[in-house]
Amino acid sequence: MSDSGTLTQTGLVALTGVNKHFGELHVLKDINLSIAKGEVVVVIGPSGSGKSTLCRAINRLETIDSGTIELDGQPLPSEGKSLAKLRADVGMVFQSFNLFAHKTILQNVTLGPLKVRKTDPKQAEQRAMELLERVGVASQASKYPAQLSGGQQQRVAIARALAMDPKVILFDEPTSALDPEMIQEVLEVMIDLAKQQMTMVVVTHEMGFARSAANRVVFMADGEIVEQADPETFFTSPTSRRAQDFLGKILKH
Amino acid sequence: MLSVLTDNWDLFRDGFWLTIRLFLVSAVLSLVLGTILGAFRVSPVPALRAVGTGYVNTLRNTPLTLVFAFLFFGAAKMQLALPSPFWTGVGALTIYTSAFVCEVVRSGINTISPGQSEAARAVGMTFIQVLTLIVLPQAFRAIVPPLSSVFIALLKNTTIAAGFSLAEAGAIPAAMSERGENQLITLVWITIGFLILIVPLIFLQRWAERRTAVA
Repeated sequence: MSDSGTLTQTGLVALTGVNKHFGELHVLKDINLSIAKGEVVVVIGPSGSGKSTLCRAINRLETIDSGTIELDGQPLPSEGKSLAKLRADVGMVFQSFNLFAHKTILQNVTLGPLKVRKTDPKQAEQRAMELLERVGVASQASKYPAQLSGGQQQRVAIARALAMDPKVILFDEPTSALDPEMIQEVLEVMIDLAKQQMTMVVVTHEMGFARSAANRVVFMADGEIVEQADPETFFTSPTSRRAQDFLGKILKH
Repeated sequence: MLSVLTDNWDLFRDGFWLTIRLFLVSAVLSLVLGTILGAFRVSPVPALRAVGTGYVNTLRNTPLTLVFAFLFFGAAKMQLALPSPFWTGVGALTIYTSAFVCEVVRSGINTISPGQSEAARAVGMTFIQVLTLIVLPQAFRAIVPPLSSVFIALLKNTTIAAGFSLAEAGAIPAAMSERGENQLITLVWITIGFLILIVPLIFLQRWAERRTAVA
């Protein structure tokens, strides 16, 4: 990884001149960001800085007003089957888990492979059980999401994303809705993924995770990327005033 | 009082049998058409949404008698070939009822958190898959009670067909008056007939509510 934080244009995910408005509010201002294969990019910043919107724009759950977003060299299609196909290659983990409430844990993980990838049912189930084992919830496979704790649900959501063999996984504040004692179990799964060279974009407030697992920290404020650097540099000597303020506020305690 | 019914059993039997057929066929067809229209109304394609909205706004606000009149007389005026009176009646009832089914389906879809469909889209499902695999199965639970009301209304609405040469239960009073039978007792028996028909609908609703209860 480059120390300067500016990467080549040939990233797995490449955003160029991306702008988005919510009415009057300019939530993404001319965003340029390139994420290399195997890279773990942590996006941090104050609330309302546009970091979740940025994350959601990468698989077009949010549309953008101008600019381009490319995945593996291909621009995002605007709608329809080609967009669905592209999304299948981009995993997403949500703040509120969003497990399919009417499906069992196992069905949550197998549904994508079965219906989107048309995987053989036996194979899909076997792979799903391996993934549930890996995230430590295999014993809950036949239960429904509402019967699991938040931490367990979020780990299932990670298994669901992994089941599609994605090129990149987007994490939109994956631990923000969790009770404190459950945050660690989810972060451990994510750190494990990072070690295995999964390409990840993680919007989070967990500075510990950013320090230990990120290759690069991207700091956003008011819809702009203000600063980006490797975690050591960013946390010890942030250059921008806004990053210094932000870190001053959150690291005080 | 019982003799009014037994002496004219043929009228009652044929009338209610036609009512049942009109109801069942129209119920199935309006469930299908209404669900498709409901899907239109939440579709990502603006043109489909416009079609759905236009349909509901027009048909839901047109009296059913007028829908019948348009089909039976209007279509004849325009020299359009009509199917049998039975199927024309089914057509009128279906066109009208599906506007209500559409709104019930749409309101059911709106009870499902947007996170459910976002997660399904993020996995790579198409709009149809998101709807049929994730949203509608969950929405069905919220749909059952209002949908039952729509179908009970449909059952009673079939009596409009009597005015359009369909001898269903609503046409029994006229035939009975020709036979010189007591009108009041006739009406009481027809009411009892409809109550008997509605009972299975209520049981169907209870069963569907239990079936769809969350685990």
